[in-house]
Amino acid sequence: MMNHSQPQGADYNYTVVRQFALTTVLWGIIGMSVGVLIAAQLIWPQLNFDTPWLTYSRLRPLHTNAVIFAFGTSALFATSYYIVQRTCQTRLFAPKLAAFTFWGWQAIILSAVLTLPLGITSGKEYAELEWPIDIAITIVWVTYAIVFFGTIIKRTTSHIYVANWFFGAFIITVAVLHIVNSMAVPVSLWKSYSLYAGAVDAMVQWWYGHNAVGFLLTAGFLGMMYYFVPKQAGRPVYSYRLSIVHFWALIALYIWAGPHHLHYTALPDWTQSLGMVMSLILFAPSWGGMINGIMTLSGAWHKLRTDPVLRFLVVSLSFYGMSTFEGPMMAIKTVNALSHYTDWTVGHVHSGALGWVAMVSIGSLYHLIPVLYGHGRMYSSNLVNVHFWLATIGTVLYIVSMWISGVMQGLMWRAVNSDGTLTYSFVESIEASYPFYFVRFLGGCFFVTGMLLMAYNVFKTVKAPKESLPALAEA
Amino acid sequence: MDYGTIQGIITIVVMLTFVGIFAWAYSSRRKDQFDEAANLVFSDDELSKGSGEHK
Repeated sequence: MMNHSQPQGADYNYTVVRQFALTTVLWGIIGMSVGVLIAAQLIWPQLNFDTPWLTYSRLRPLHTNAVIFAFGTSALFATSYYIVQRTCQTRLFAPKLAAFTFWGWQAIILSAVLTLPLGITSGKEYAELEWPIDIAITIVWVTYAIVFFGTIIKRTTSHIYVANWFFGAFIITVAVLHIVNSMAVPVSLWKSYSLYAGAVDAMVQWWYGHNAVGFLLTAGFLGMMYYFVPKQAGRPVYSYRLSIVHFWALIALYIWAGPHHLHYTALPDWTQSLGMVMSLILFAPSWGGMINGIMTLSGAWHKLRTDPVLRFLVVSLSFYGMSTFEGPMMAIKTVNALSHYTDWTVGHVHSGALGWVAMVSIGSLYHLIPVLYGHGRMYSSNLVNVHFWLATIGTVLYIVSMWISGVMQGLMWRAVNSDGTLTYSFVESIEASYPFYFVRFLGGCFFVTGMLLMAYNVFKTVKAPKESLPALAEA
Repeated sequence: MDYGTIQGIITIVVMLTFVGIFAWAYSSRRKDQFDEAANLVFSDDELSKGSGEHK
């Protein structure tokens, strides 16, 4: 299709794309390593060294913020800036503002790295950062929207490619979610209290929380999928029409699913049931999108044998299909009665986060980085392949151990003796979880090792002399 | 008009909107347009049109 040995698209603004692409790898390693550390702390609590800023309670938000907002969101910045230029066939609008989004976002990440271990938190899950940082996020995010939509407005193509629709929805919705959920009354520079109270606060929080999953971790990465899967497979998306229906159905449904995080709480019962039903319906667009991605390969399946990058992308879609089947099931109230507050939830999150979000980002970066640095391929395709297996095995170890541990915990917590007393004390369920915590830790080590190989491979690709890495001839 | 009636009307409006989007996406008049759009992924290797030696 194209001659990879030539540096391509020299006219596009790649500076900010390169910056975000490289920081994605860096923050991925840091965020996932913190995850491995806290997984180890659950087995060996001494690993907090009796130091307040190394305790699980402070490092856990650091881990989630680092992987979602530093690793994942940097990947989204890089790919959205890349894709919007190439599918609109124009340069990025306002390059200075684009540069501001990079440095601004890095400053926000650094402030998270400093404040979270110090115990400065608003206590809202996935929205822990305190109000001065929240304001900074709003400013950078609005700038991001200006750059992205400005580029779409000055496009030279007549049609707006579907990937950009997903990125656009992600950018707008995250702005709305962030601003509404972060409304707070500051009482000092580093302490504020939510504007909402009681069950309303919980509902706003999980409206935010679930849509951070739906729009940041799903819609944004679907934008990535709709560009890189066709590009890497060398054929257009299976059904462009399905992609349009997929887009509107997904964004219309996701926004209602939040209450499934609050089953059997003080939230009104009808709200819980509504959240459950909306979560079940959400299965349809999720699988529509997954099938659209995977079927793009029909007639090109043989490429999976030789192309580890494509393997990353396709397996990420399989994990996406798996976790978007699991999610609606767990949203059913009776299933949730067993799964809620157990490790099953943690496993479900990671089948999405490692299997889908991380693997689709890694696959996209392995396509992106050679293009950004004028090469036809990565320095070592073998290392990409080894990384693929490390990531897959790591993810499977993680989710299988958490399934078993979670179902076991759920069963132990609900077991009652004939006289109505609890069969097990809580600490007995923790003791029973230890072997699974170790398997989870092992899975995390696999995944981080893969990321380290990636960093080496990226470093060698970036440093390679121009045109020394031509694309391999197609089999 | 009571609250239940408004909810009913909204449900019908949303449903019709979805059917409308579906019909719009799958109408045969837009097939060529969408085929062209789907191929935008492959016409992006050079920014300036006319210098398409990389094809």
